[in-house]
Amino acid sequence: MEPLMAVAIGILFAAAIYMMLRRSIVKLVIGLMLLSNAANLLIFSTAGMTRGAPPLVPEGLTAPEGAIADPLPQALVLTAIVIAFGVLSFAVVLVRRAWEIVRADDLDKMKDTDT
Amino acid sequence: MNPEIALPILIPLMSGAVSLVFWRSRLMQRLVAVGGTAGLLITALWLLASVNREGILVMHMGNWAAPFGISLVADLLGAIMVVLTGIIGFAVAIYSLATAGRGHEAYGYFPLMHLLLAGVAGAFLTGDIFNLYVWFEVMLVASFALLILGSEKAQMEGAIKYVTLNLLSSVIFLIAVGLLYGMVGTLNMADIARRLAAVEDQGMVDALAMMFMVAFGIKAAAFPLFFWLPASYHTPPVAVSALFAGLLTKVGVYALFRVFTLIFHHSPGYTHEILLWGAGLTMLSGVLGAAAQFEFRRILSFHIVSQIGYMILGLALFTPLAIVGGVFYIMHHIIVKANLFLVSGIVHRLGGSYQLKRLGGFYRSHPWLAVLFLIPALSLAGIPPLSGFLAKFIVIRAGIEAEAYGVTAIALLVGLLTLYSMIKIWSEVFWKSTPPEGDVAPYPEVRQRELWLMAAPVVGLGLCTLFIGLYPAPIHALAEASAAQLLDPDAYIRAVLGEGAEVLP
Repeated sequence: MEPLMAVAIGILFAAAIYMMLRRSIVKLVIGLMLLSNAANLLIFSTAGMTRGAPPLVPEGLTAPEGAIADPLPQALVLTAIVIAFGVLSFAVVLVRRAWEIVRADDLDKMKDTDT
Repeated sequence: MNPEIALPILIPLMSGAVSLVFWRSRLMQRLVAVGGTAGLLITALWLLASVNREGILVMHMGNWAAPFGISLVADLLGAIMVVLTGIIGFAVAIYSLATAGRGHEAYGYFPLMHLLLAGVAGAFLTGDIFNLYVWFEVMLVASFALLILGSEKAQMEGAIKYVTLNLLSSVIFLIAVGLLYGMVGTLNMADIARRLAAVEDQGMVDALAMMFMVAFGIKAAAFPLFFWLPASYHTPPVAVSALFAGLLTKVGVYALFRVFTLIFHHSPGYTHEILLWGAGLTMLSGVLGAAAQFEFRRILSFHIVSQIGYMILGLALFTPLAIVGGVFYIMHHIIVKANLFLVSGIVHRLGGSYQLKRLGGFYRSHPWLAVLFLIPALSLAGIPPLSGFLAKFIVIRAGIEAEAYGVTAIALLVGLLTLYSMIKIWSEVFWKSTPPEGDVAPYPEVRQRELWLMAAPVVGLGLCTLFIGLYPAPIHALAEASAAQLLDPDAYIRAVLGEGAEVLP
């Protein structure tokens, strides 16, 4: 399972960077979305994949029996997803407003502030 | 129990919430802005006093013991940074009373400012690496919204670059945190530091160190990752510029200091060597960029980049004296840089432009403003007896003692070029005669009260600069003590994990 995840995450990263290097600001935002999802999947898989062993303590015991899935990366992913959602929705609004004001979808036409 | 550890985070969060409640009341929002930032400053001073007296203070959130829960840790560097946050927050809040337009205030200028301060203070005080990421995001979201208040064309263009590169840096940071967790199975920075030495694959540790360096390097605007800064910092309302210039990049620098003294200090021959050359190139590219500019705030933006180089140089040399210099430089720089942006705002209000070509004659018409400009400007360039002289002196002396002559030569040259830039502003804005009228739009008359509100924070920050320059002993002692703490990670680990925690080999 892990090698498959690694390949999937790699493909997501590659696609994200390809999209971010395009000139269109819409593609830029799509690239950012893919990038944050790739990072989330990566964190999810850092503790390794464990099937069918929820981190629950059986009744009457103080520690779980046997190996369990590490719950912490899932908590981290949940936090990261929420943050990424907020930030990306801001980015979408920003791109729309930028298009309304600059009237261009092309990053090459947004160079007034660079020189 | 030390409530002052959490208060610098809670006060701005609460003030932000309260000013959201008074969304329509301009007066209440302003009162809360001044009161909240003053409260932040007072609790920050309280925190600094307790840390200075009792050593590193730790607070475990929800009483979960150290490696499991989130700990807030206040060591001297963190406490100093929080005090500086309070000073800048308070100064900018007063300044904003005069400069924030009704349009900006109606769209939540003050609540966002509180949120930004909460994020910055949280980043300085957290002892948990994932929590650091969360505070970075809090700070970033607030800064995104502040950056585009007003929705002008330049702001949109600057914001797209700012948002993209900062999100990229956050993702790199997040990936690095994930991989680090995969390696050591903990998120508490003290615990990470303890366990990382026992990791077998040290090559992977170096790779992680590089990921953190890139992530924080983007935030700190280090070479070659600084391009978002000069593209965006001159676009928002000037009080926002000053807030960003004073605090945001320094959060990145703080994170570099924290991570590379506490966690990744095992192979300085590799990581700190890269930091060293990065620092040299940061100084040089920033100052050369500034030399080519003729817009007040753009010159200042490029100088942020070059000054970041000095701070990273202090970290990269990694000798006790160099760390003292780095910390001292941060203290001096935050005050001076924010002050210069505030002065540029006054010039803009009086002269109607940021373009040096269109300004002039300020020495004749406003001699007091010329003095207020000269104090931070000469301090930035490192002229004695101002604060910048001592900061530069310590860093450069550390460089010579560490026999890093190449970078030290760059640091000296950059000091000279900084002076050139400041003299350029001086001669264009203050010295030369007023340019002929005509192309400058007539500007509304400035009321006396407005001018006082704008000048008060500039005077206050200028006095801070003079104080650091003329009476540096207590500040230097603070920097020395915080450097001693930074170079003794075992003390930090013991403070967080308790006395019983053995330091793994």
